[in-house]
Amino acid sequence: MSVNTDSSNARPLDAIAEARRQLEVCNACRYCEGFCSVFPAMTRQKAFADGDITHLANLCHNCRGCFYSCQYTPPHEFDLNIPAALGNARQESWSRFAFPSAFGKLFHERGVAVLAAVIVVTILAIWLVQSFPLGGGEGFYAFISHNVMISIFIPAFVFPFFAIAVGLRRYWRETGGKSVGVSHLIIAFKDAATLRNLDGGQGQGCNFEKTDRYSDTRRYAHQATMYGFLLCFAATTVATLMHYILDMPAPYSLLSLPKILGLTGGVLLCLGTAKLAYLKTKADATLGPSRVWGGEMAFILLLFFVSATGLVLYFVTGTTLVEWMLPLHLASVFTFFLLTPYSKMAHGFYRLAALVREAQLKR
Amino acid sequence: MSSIGPDGIQWDLVVVGGGNAALCAAITAAEAGARVVVLESAPKTYRGGNSRHTRNFRCMHRGPLSVLTDEYSEDEYFEDLLRVTKGKTDENLARLVIRTSEECLPWMEDHGVRFQPSLSGTLSLSRTNAFFLGGGKALVNAYYNTAEDLGVQVHYDADVRHVGIDANRFTHVEVNLEGKTTRVAGKAVVLSSGGFQGDIDWLADAWGPAARNFLIRGTPYNKGVVLRDMLDQGANSVGDPTQCHAVAIDGRAPKFDGGIVTRLDCVPFSIVVNQDGARFYDEGEDVWPKRYAIWGRLVAAQPEQVAYSVIDSKSFDLFMPSVFRPEKAETLEELAGILNLPKDAFLQTVDDFNKGCRDGDFHPTELDGLATTNVEPAKTNWARPIDAPPYYAYQLRPGVTFTYLGLQVDETARVSHSDGQYENVWAAGEIMAGSILGEGYLAGFGMTIGTVFGRIAGKEAAAHVG
Ligand SMILES: Cc1cc2nc3c(=O)[nH]c(=O)nc-3n(C[C@H](O)[C@H](O)[C@H](O)COP(=O)(O)OP(=O)(O)OC[C@H]3O[C@@H](n4cnc5c(N)ncnc54)[C@H](O)[C@@H]3O)c2cc1C
Ligand code: SF4
Ligand code: SF4
Repeated sequence: MSVNTDSSNARPLDAIAEARRQLEVCNACRYCEGFCSVFPAMTRQKAFADGDITHLANLCHNCRGCFYSCQYTPPHEFDLNIPAALGNARQESWSRFAFPSAFGKLFHERGVAVLAAVIVVTILAIWLVQSFPLGGGEGFYAFISHNVMISIFIPAFVFPFFAIAVGLRRYWRETGGKSVGVSHLIIAFKDAATLRNLDGGQGQGCNFEKTDRYSDTRRYAHQATMYGFLLCFAATTVATLMHYILDMPAPYSLLSLPKILGLTGGVLLCLGTAKLAYLKTKADATLGPSRVWGGEMAFILLLFFVSATGLVLYFVTGTTLVEWMLPLHLASVFTFFLLTPYSKMAHGFYRLAALVREAQLKR
Repeated sequence: MSSIGPDGIQWDLVVVGGGNAALCAAITAAEAGARVVVLESAPKTYRGGNSRHTRNFRCMHRGPLSVLTDEYSEDEYFEDLLRVTKGKTDENLARLVIRTSEECLPWMEDHGVRFQPSLSGTLSLSRTNAFFLGGGKALVNAYYNTAEDLGVQVHYDADVRHVGIDANRFTHVEVNLEGKTTRVAGKAVVLSSGGFQGDIDWLADAWGPAARNFLIRGTPYNKGVVLRDMLDQGANSVGDPTQCHAVAIDGRAPKFDGGIVTRLDCVPFSIVVNQDGARFYDEGEDVWPKRYAIWGRLVAAQPEQVAYSVIDSKSFDLFMPSVFRPEKAETLEELAGILNLPKDAFLQTVDDFNKGCRDGDFHPTELDGLATTNVEPAKTNWARPIDAPPYYAYQLRPGVTFTYLGLQVDETARVSHSDGQYENVWAAGEIMAGSILGEGYLAGFGMTIGTVFGRIAGKEAAAHVG
């Protein structure tokens, strides 16, 4: 694919232009109106500005219903592949909005880069564990002092969020977003929580791994991943609060809140990501942003690795294996956070922004 | 007689075609226990004939039903049909279709079809027509999956060339399968291979040479091979052999398979001129859904079968977007240049028209009576001067939807010949629709006929072989 770049902001115009061409066909057809929010949203305008395309592209959840039911897919000369066209435009928008943008391209597209990042961080982590004096604490802190851990993780948390915020701001500006009201957030969070746009419009599911048959597997796998991730996140947050506010440092017992949250979250995340990765191998790669297949897969596997190493850690507590598992786990978590603005993880933020924007536009 | 098919199986039922009617027949027969083979001439990507281009079917209902609002009675439905066909319908068959349509909807849902509320811009149909979620291709996919689950065998790229009939009985079909002529034998056959509009030569023979400039809105695979073969063997025909249903579509559409998106809804708000820059018909005669069907013929009667619908910026947002962007110009002279129209004649036409427009209330969604005076032909509604640049123009050409000639059937879908009926030949869908739809068209009726008669044919054929 030749990419037509405008040197000022390195914007490949092809993805947007191609999405526009295809959407103009849909706008004259509208047969797919019942699948998702994209089609009703497109009928609001007769001509699509770049911001409209970006909005529609981020609203698309790649359920593929509109590909398998389209009478104009190749070899028809209209050559429609909406999931791929919107996928490419969406992907391109994330690279464009990423801060700094060069990272955006690198990690989205290259699974190898993700892998390399994991390895580098892991080596650093092992080196850290080996060369810093033991924390003298209990549990994990026997291996890495809490202060070392925090001084590494705070920047690793803060920077990605800053970068995401910059990206979202750019996104909001391009799509003409207005100030956000509570009602918009309620609608958007509800849509995200239920993955409404991945249910085929009537709860029958999407057309991901079973081509023109509907299946809900991907939605469930994604739910497991999303809720698993949120539970793990909650576990970490609770633990941090317990550590600092309640002065109750780790380790925690199996029936403590952090462990209950973390364990369920970890299991869900592990199963969800494993299923997502499997489904991805079954689905037709050409119905999505195929250029980033590798990057996306690497990201899912990274998330799997995060949860799997986390779970293993639970079970090896008290053994010498912790010495190896801990740096491995922490390194994967660390890499995960660092890559958040530049990997598939960014999709959660932009999707949510699109859902909020759509709630604003819909009325 | 051996009935060994391409896979060495003895077929109870051979279904010719792979669109809505064929699949309804195949599914019904398979559910009744018949071993069914479907022979579809198109490759898999283009399976489903014209059915893959559809968006809804017209359904009688005595109260709210699925996505359908209110009620739509048998009599109202029949009157709607009488109006468009000008009485050219077989009342018995028509009422059978209408009455049975009500039970079709739940049957369709049970077999994988999903419905959605009436599409934006088609609210007027929300009471009478049930829209398929994802359109006709989604419906076709659902039926193929259902058929597959029932063990129906489907062959793509299977072009049936001849229906073997011995005295009164069907024996086999000759099918061109992967480049080889193969004989597929069966105990019964359902013919559901559509009309003949895909055969431009036939169309030109029937209509006249102008037909070579027509665009075909649907599949190129409906060439009427089976229809002609049956007629040649003495089957009874129905429907006017010279006529086809044609609407005015975007002239830049592909020759085949342009489908729904090539329709244009701008005509009522425009003036339409031919290649000589002259108007030739009242663009505002009635609301567009009631008039778009006559414009195919009107344009077909113009030189080179082409016309141009011209609007100004006042009207640009009043109709559904077009698939191709319109030609656009800041002046009418420039527009004439782009369209290759004789400049003076075109400007004169616009000028005469504009002078004939009068002040009055303009209502785009209803007959507003805003008519021209002293303009020939008059525009009787929505007549506003073409004077606010930029100006836009769309090229119009006739787009053929279907042909009327077909096989005669009775209420059991059985095909007849001059001395009676074939014992084991049934027909469903467009190939027999001429009995019911002798002229004109009622939106959504094609799929209703195919569903009703497909199911009847499948049931009858299965009973025959069972
Ligand atoms: C653009 C467009 C939109 C339409 N929209 C609607 C709508 O919304 N609602 C509605 O009710 N009607 C609509 N119609 C009309 C509708 O498409 C037809 O009435 C209906 O599809 C007919 O169904 P069928 O099964 O008889 O034929 P088709 O669906 O056309 O199927 C015929 C099948 O036979 C196969 N075939 C042909 N010749 C052979 C051969 N020799 N051997 C083997 N196979 C063969 C073809 O490949 C095809 O699969 C539309 C038509 C068009 C063109
Ligand atoms: S994807 Fe195809 S069927 Fe769906 S709205 Fe677009 S053109 Fe129509
Ligand atoms: S892929 Fe699914 S979510 Fe995306 S536009 Fe098509 S139907 Fe909508």
